[in-house]
Amino acid sequence: MSGHSNWPEWIYVGVIIVLLAYVGAEAWNVERLVEHVPAEAEVIKVIGQQWFWTFEHADGTKEVGELHVKKGHAYKFEITTKDVNHAFNIHDYVVLQDAVAGRVNEVWFAPDKAGEFPIQCREYCGLLHYNMRGTLIVEE
Amino acid sequence: MVLELQKPRPIWQIMFSTHHTDVGLLYTITSIAFFFMGGALALGIRAELFLPGTQIISDSMTFNRMFTVHGTAMIFLFLLPFASGVGNYFVPIMVRYKDMAYPKLNAVAFWMIPPAGALIWLGFADFTWYATPPYSAIRAPGPAADMWIFAQKILGVSSVLGAINFIVTILKCKHPDLPLSKVPLLAWSFLSASLIIIVAVPTFAAALVMLLTDRLGVSGFFDPAKGGDPIAYQHLFWFTFHPEVYVLVIPAIGMMYEIIPRFSRKPIFSQSSGIFAFVMLSIVSFSSWAHHMYATGMSFTEKTVFMIGTLAAVPASGMHVFNFIATMWGGRIKFATPMMWAVGGIALFFSAGAGGVANAAMPFDFITHDSYWVVGHFHLFVMGTIAFGSIGFLYYMFPYITGRMYNETWGKIHFIMSFAGTVMVFFTQHVLGLYGMPRRVYDYQPYPEYIVMNQIASVGAMIIGVSMVIWLINMIYSAGKGKEANMDDPWGLGGKYYFPYQAKNPHH
Ligand code: HEM
Ligand SMILES: [Cu+2]
Ligand SMILES: [Cu+2]
Repeated sequence: MSGHSNWPEWIYVGVIIVLLAYVGAEAWNVERLVEHVPAEAEVIKVIGQQWFWTFEHADGTKEVGELHVKKGHAYKFEITTKDVNHAFNIHDYVVLQDAVAGRVNEVWFAPDKAGEFPIQCREYCGLLHYNMRGTLIVEE
Repeated sequence: MVLELQKPRPIWQIMFSTHHTDVGLLYTITSIAFFFMGGALALGIRAELFLPGTQIISDSMTFNRMFTVHGTAMIFLFLLPFASGVGNYFVPIMVRYKDMAYPKLNAVAFWMIPPAGALIWLGFADFTWYATPPYSAIRAPGPAADMWIFAQKILGVSSVLGAINFIVTILKCKHPDLPLSKVPLLAWSFLSASLIIIVAVPTFAAALVMLLTDRLGVSGFFDPAKGGDPIAYQHLFWFTFHPEVYVLVIPAIGMMYEIIPRFSRKPIFSQSSGIFAFVMLSIVSFSSWAHHMYATGMSFTEKTVFMIGTLAAVPASGMHVFNFIATMWGGRIKFATPMMWAVGGIALFFSAGAGGVANAAMPFDFITHDSYWVVGHFHLFVMGTIAFGSIGFLYYMFPYITGRMYNETWGKIHFIMSFAGTVMVFFTQHVLGLYGMPRRVYDYQPYPEYIVMNQIASVGAMIIGVSMVIWLINMIYSAGKGKEANMDDPWGLGGKYYFPYQAKNPHH
């Protein structure tokens, strides 16, 4: 050190570390809670392909581009792709998970508001990536 | 004077020179040229997004190619070569050696950039700057994609050669009277960044070869149908490119360490804390690469590890900010153009870091990831911090390169416009991300809140564009007709602080 005392810097670094520890702990805790899938969640298979989404319900019915679910139910998405990577995203419900070739990724949600919500692709997938949209319809 | 560009010489003498100031000049001019080319694409992108629907670009493929080449050019053909230019000028002088350690290698490293640039621009690939498979392996149209891959290969070799040269110059060619702890922080920044390059770049080099053979159909490294895994590519890619973001930002911070004390008329608050923070950053830059992959289906444990690794990088960045503020504190600050850019850059660096902490917090990343938020986040670094530091430093170098002064008033106007524009573009992009707008989209839904934010961003981009034209005119005009600089003290700062340009170069 060049002679002068450095205690303000140490205090400053200490404050940053405390703040980061707080952010980290909080994030860890929230993530732990939101990743816990309820046992009764109904499985919906989500298949991405250039440039649309297909949904397959537990009873075998399929939908393309639209997804109908019931308010107050929990659903578990099993997401995959037929070609390149995509990302399945319902922004209003903070549902975001990549559709990765060769894998099945999981994420769950329980809609609590009826109505229509946009579904979109959030991972670049080529020509019409911007238009790889769908609609979530939450029924009473 | 050491930076001898005042006597005009035929251009081929500079082109075939291996002297570090000549190679530095070549790097600088080339990188600025690519900056303007990449900037033109950015303005095209922003014009297209001014309103929903088709504006000036008739098809989405062209748009996709434009943002891909914009990103690739700005990172690999502007920021990195610009930093190398500055390093070439100043590292040998700062360690008091006659040249770079390997002058010919130095020239070779530079001359790899123009062909790589040509491949990128003539190919015009569309698979985004991170070329993720399977898309890049099975769908991205060639020959553009293959040309991009070859270009990256060349650029990787060039940057490793440059890094070796910097490391050897600093560690081995440094004047024996100069202890490493007294080497100016700008040179330290090149040492740290070069060490990162040596460790980080090889994994991407491997990934590129695998990607190419996958494209040729002879392998299936990233193809699940052949037993490969596309996620492997993402690890190899981010193991290179998360550290690489520090390769970009560290030299820019080094440039600010030159400017801030000089224009505050005070020595740096703490040289040792600056060195410590650089070394820390080069180490922790390797602990966080998979924070780009939270949504790929990583386990909770993996995500936690990479979140902690990401947060670990923050204190060192914070120490630099502290060092800057403590240096300015109580100084007689002169807000000449270089100082304005440096201080503006530090302010944006701070906001960018705050956004990064938010990204690192796992649940929040599921809101921001691959949305416009991320575009805003990293542009606060690449534009707000690194380009700002670089532009400020170019103003700072200007008298030393040309022997003349730039126009101070236009320099300040340039800064004010760019700063306002940067805030307008990249802060609104954070908001757009929170609204849910994905990145890399040619079009968006006509929601009123999307439209307003996109329009603010596009206007901001145009303001930046105009300011950069002002800059270019100022540079070109002043290089020929500007008033002669007072080479002992171009900004009239007075004082007798250590100033590396006045260091005697023993071999001259
Ligand atoms: C305080 C330090 C930083 C933190 C905590 C941080 C954190 C993050 C995180 C968590 C992401 C992932 C966001 C996502 O995709 O969801 C990210 C993305 C990114 N960051 Fe940072 N970052 C920091 C510094 C930097 C610096 C210094 C740069 C550039 C010089 C940078 C450039 C980028 C880029 C380019 C991306 C986006 C990559 C892409 O998806 O294309 N970051 N950052
Ligand atoms: Cu997509
Ligand atoms: Cu990163």
